[in-house]
Amino acid sequence: MIRYLLDRLVQSAAVLLVMSLVIYSLIGLMPGDPVDLMISADPKMTSADAARLRALYGLDRPLLARYASWLQAALGGEFGYSRLYARPALDALWPALKSTTALVGISFALTLAIALPAGVWAARHPDGPADRAINLLCFAGISLPPFWLAILLILLFAVGLGWLPAGGVPTRGGAGWIDYARHLMLPVATLTLHSAGSYLRFMRASMIETMRQDYIRTALAKGAGARRVLLQHALRNALIPVVTVVALGFGGLFSGALITETMFAWPGMGKLIFDSIMGNDYNLALLTLLFATLLTLVGNLLADLGYAWLDPRISYARREGGA
Amino acid sequence: MSTATLSLAVADGDGFLRRLARRPLAIGSAVLLALLTGLAMLAPAIAGVAGIDPNAVDLLARFEPPSAQHWLGTDDIGRDVLMRLLLGGQVSLLVGMAAALASALVGTAIGLAAGYWGGRLDALLMRLTDGVIALPLLPLLIVLAAVDLGKLGIPADWADAQAVSLYRIVLIIALVGWTTVARLVRGAVLSVRTRDFVLAATGQGAGPLRIMALHILPNVASPIIVATTLSVGNVILLESVLSFLGLGIQPPLPSWGNMLTNAQELVTSAPWLAIWPGFLIFVTVIACNLLGDGLQDALDPRASE
Repeated sequence: MIRYLLDRLVQSAAVLLVMSLVIYSLIGLMPGDPVDLMISADPKMTSADAARLRALYGLDRPLLARYASWLQAALGGEFGYSRLYARPALDALWPALKSTTALVGISFALTLAIALPAGVWAARHPDGPADRAINLLCFAGISLPPFWLAILLILLFAVGLGWLPAGGVPTRGGAGWIDYARHLMLPVATLTLHSAGSYLRFMRASMIETMRQDYIRTALAKGAGARRVLLQHALRNALIPVVTVVALGFGGLFSGALITETMFAWPGMGKLIFDSIMGNDYNLALLTLLFATLLTLVGNLLADLGYAWLDPRISYARREGGA
Repeated sequence: MSTATLSLAVADGDGFLRRLARRPLAIGSAVLLALLTGLAMLAPAIAGVAGIDPNAVDLLARFEPPSAQHWLGTDDIGRDVLMRLLLGGQVSLLVGMAAALASALVGTAIGLAAGYWGGRLDALLMRLTDGVIALPLLPLLIVLAAVDLGKLGIPADWADAQAVSLYRIVLIIALVGWTTVARLVRGAVLSVRTRDFVLAATGQGAGPLRIMALHILPNVASPIIVATTLSVGNVILLESVLSFLGLGIQPPLPSWGNMLTNAQELVTSAPWLAIWPGFLIFVTVIACNLLGDGLQDALDPRASE
């Protein structure tokens, strides 16, 4: 197990390193460069000044050389200054991470609380009327464009009924946690409605698959009650693949709320990524993208480990060729 | 796609059609998609017959309610909403189908190569697949969409052409969207590679390309068709998100996504402008998903009982 863990850690670190180069190159391909921004801020600057500044900041050096200096600084915990927030990029990251954790945490808990029981319930009678209705609802949720769902919710609850704020966060020292909760409601609803469907369908599929196994038939044949078989024999085994999918989804959550956060002006990770890319904030864009990749990799790692831990039939060595 | 489905149905006897007939939602979705596609592809002709230019700005007729002239009213600069919806549908559906097909092609090629040749190539390609799956998708797409084509050495007059935003979005979605099909195809290839009919063909001296095309591909067609149908819906959703953010299809070329770009500001004054494009995206995507789901059940009777 330790060896498997180490292997996966090394692999993830390698992917992260490769991705840092890819992201660094991509950021370099975005329009303009830091000196262009200075030129637009200072009309008196000549092209000779610009060339001198580019040399000063090393922008005229080849890509790999620039990447190497960035990597060296980054390994020392130095990620440069954020242009938009006028402070070290790392300092801009933490508050965003906190806001996102609140939003995504609540929505994720709610999603699972709805999706898992409903998935098990739908699996009791596959293709029955309840299952079909739930299936249709799932597809509806999955197929809703998240930004449109946000607009509809704003239209109904903020503009029409006036019950909830259309976005933003309470001002500091504001009305306390009730106000905070009111601001969270629409973003949480958007995220939950959009993501519950796929988890539900996965839980249902896994449950149906498990109910077909011989040991379930045996348990039923020996006279165990349907309810007991469902909850004690089937559910525990059906949850194994679901845990994997949940862990896989967990890493993507932090950047996955990008649309929702942008629509509701919720100052989280997703909005920070979007704003830094659109605002030519190169240092911050690089840091946030890399951080999002790191979180996704951690999610994948947890998924693999969880799978290996929950299902003793998986041998760690054999995973190499597996799916 | 329809011819592929048809030939499969013929090959499978009437089992496929009978099983599909038990899925009224899937059939309804197919009809709806065909109808929408037909209307959207006829958009220029319809605009011509109606005598309405979907790009004509009329600042004296902004935010008009539905009328005999403008069935769904006009938008914030006086353009006919219905015509733009049809034309936007053309763009969104074309992008959806083209990017899904491109992803399927790339994925099939990679999956075939990995599954057929195996060994180091397989390990390398599958690590690459794992790597791409591990990436945060939406932020990556946003960066790719924001890349300055000029810096890649593409001439400015070409890079600024209107149609480029179309090709570009197809390309970047295909660049990250091939992984599902690649895994499916690889798995399917592994399961048929050592079957007797493939071994027999190899024994008779057939080359790898011939074996893949004639003996392996027909046997992995069903999962590819299902995955591609599902991915059309997914791609339309992604395109709409990118275009909504101003990074996908560039106006004045309409797409369902970029018609909603200003919707958030207009939500109080002209809510219908915010409703129609999103509704069409929703309907199209759910139809793709229901059709894919139905095809899966009909093509793979083992999966459903």
